[in-house]
Amino acid sequence: MIAHIFDDLCNGCNSCVTICPTHVFDAGNSAPVIARPDQCQTCYMCELYCVSDAIYVGPDSHAAEIIDPETIRASGHLGRVRHDHGWDRPDEAGHLDHYRLLGPLLQEGGETAAQRYRALATSRE
Amino acid sequence: MSDGVTVRADVLIIGGGMAAAWAAIAAAKTGASTILVDKGYVGTSGVTATAGPNHWWVPPDPVRRREIIERKWADGFELGDPAWMERIIDITWRTLPDLARYYPFGSDGRGGTYYSGVRGAEYMRALRTYAVAAGARILDHHPATQLLVDQDGAVAGACGHARLTGQDWKIHAPAVIMATGGCAFRSGLIGSHGNSGDGYLLAAEAGAELSGMEFSIQYTVSPAWASTRTLPYGAARYYDARGVEIIQPPRGHAHYQALGAALLEGPVYADLIDAPVELPPILHDIQPFTPPPFVRKGIDMFKQRWPIKLFGEGTIRGNGGLRIVDDMCGTSVTGLYAAGDAATRELVTGAISGGGAVNSAWALSSGQIAGAAAARRGLALRGEAAGKARMAGTVAMHPRLTEQPIDRKAIEADVDHHMNGYQHALWRSEGQLTQSLALLDAHWRMIGDHGRAQGLALVGLRETAAMVATARWCTAAALARKESRGVHVRVDAPGLDPGGNVRLLTGGLDQLWTRPESRSYAEAAE
Repeated sequence: MIAHIFDDLCNGCNSCVTICPTHVFDAGNSAPVIARPDQCQTCYMCELYCVSDAIYVGPDSHAAEIIDPETIRASGHLGRVRHDHGWDRPDEAGHLDHYRLLGPLLQEGGETAAQRYRALATSRE
Repeated sequence: MSDGVTVRADVLIIGGGMAAAWAAIAAAKTGASTILVDKGYVGTSGVTATAGPNHWWVPPDPVRRREIIERKWADGFELGDPAWMERIIDITWRTLPDLARYYPFGSDGRGGTYYSGVRGAEYMRALRTYAVAAGARILDHHPATQLLVDQDGAVAGACGHARLTGQDWKIHAPAVIMATGGCAFRSGLIGSHGNSGDGYLLAAEAGAELSGMEFSIQYTVSPAWASTRTLPYGAARYYDARGVEIIQPPRGHAHYQALGAALLEGPVYADLIDAPVELPPILHDIQPFTPPPFVRKGIDMFKQRWPIKLFGEGTIRGNGGLRIVDDMCGTSVTGLYAAGDAATRELVTGAISGGGAVNSAWALSSGQIAGAAAARRGLALRGEAAGKARMAGTVAMHPRLTEQPIDRKAIEADVDHHMNGYQHALWRSEGQLTQSLALLDAHWRMIGDHGRAQGLALVGLRETAAMVATARWCTAAALARKESRGVHVRVDAPGLDPGGNVRLLTGGLDQLWTRPESRSYAEAAE
């Protein structure tokens, strides 16, 4: 669930207000306000679209978390989602080259589970 | 609507996911003035943005396509329509590469381009750019609250509330496309918070029918504290609280039942020690939203055990939705079209889930088909003066009795429990379903008798009402289908009814009805 906006990092662009699909934020004076945290679905889209890496979403989607901002600032989590997406370099050729592995890796996992089930079911008969 | 905004367009699209965007692209390309209104933001709204849709991808080899379609028709328990399957395979194959101007398709590893699978956030960003370039006007944060219907009963536009400016809006359009997605009853499924079934309710108030609502039982496994996409979990092992491994078939209803039964007893834990060895180093690159819920909790997802939950997917990766009555994605109401998960997907996936690839091909194709058809109607009727239109909204707008506050939280918790609760969804029986329906009916009456709201509060109350309505249609259809077929499983009616390979229609507001679709529209047209 949305946990914190770092006022000192926020550039006041309000893009999180615009792009949040569930209307969690209201525009504020310097930084946006977390107005409706109960509507947050923990989708990390605000982090993805925040060019200032000023937003932290807590990992628990069911409950608000009390966080220590300075611990989070030092954690390396800020901006991680945006960096991993390569969100700032959409036209860079090759940055989605691993994507084709999703299907085969899913299939491999499923096949492993199916083989294990057959073996397990047989051994317990 | 005194301080509201009134606009006219040839085509109005309601919704903001991939089907809505593909519809906007197709409509705007014809030159029709096209407005898309979304409750959220086109780019982040809906379940595509947080996922990684793969599209049904079959090269144009007639023999191979026919084989795949025949197999798919059989897998779907004979409720699909081979002609529709062929159509969406073909449209998807021809259309998706058009996005290359806006989406950086990766390599297929063999010197070619990999088109069929795309990462959701980038895909939706690209679709937004494409739609705007095609000439569509996008109005974000413009939830629709009701349809406009003309004197002949044709849909003529919609009304709603612009939630960032606080103004009401009204848009007249002779062609409206419902692309509001499916409904997971706020299970917590990633991306689905906005998918509250609004489009089903709006359309039903205008007289539309639904189909396949009984096919609404589908789940994804995720860590108990947050829903994620599922790439890492395919090979997962599961354990009960004592550490005893749970034997569970790797997929299907029996898989959910095994995990659901264990979850009803206590916590269930997963480990990923059997995951493909190539996966851990590149997971953050393929699905960058999946690791943070673990990393931020200090859990090594590939080495430790962690508690799981099954997140309900309702009609999102189930199949039900608005009935399609012709080959233009028309609904049973003139001027109203349906695309994506707002429409039934039985035509292309039968009685089983279209999750994986068919649903995305359907969303793209039905968007393209509905967009082009709506544009033809909108352009043809452009010169005609808009007749007098009435607002079709009912529940939460005109209470039958005294106005009273509605406890939305309590109602939504009940809906979630009866639709996603394992004991209800995974062991459907006449007794269970009858009890659920009685409770849902009571909630429906309560909102209709006493509910009234305006502005932003109306948007919220209508969402609650739409979830109740959707739950009632799903439950009524599940009661009426007295057999087990595909993802609809009845413990009191296991096995197929030989005469059950007929689609089941449902609808109605205060009075629900169900009836078999006696003939397909294709046969009826002959």
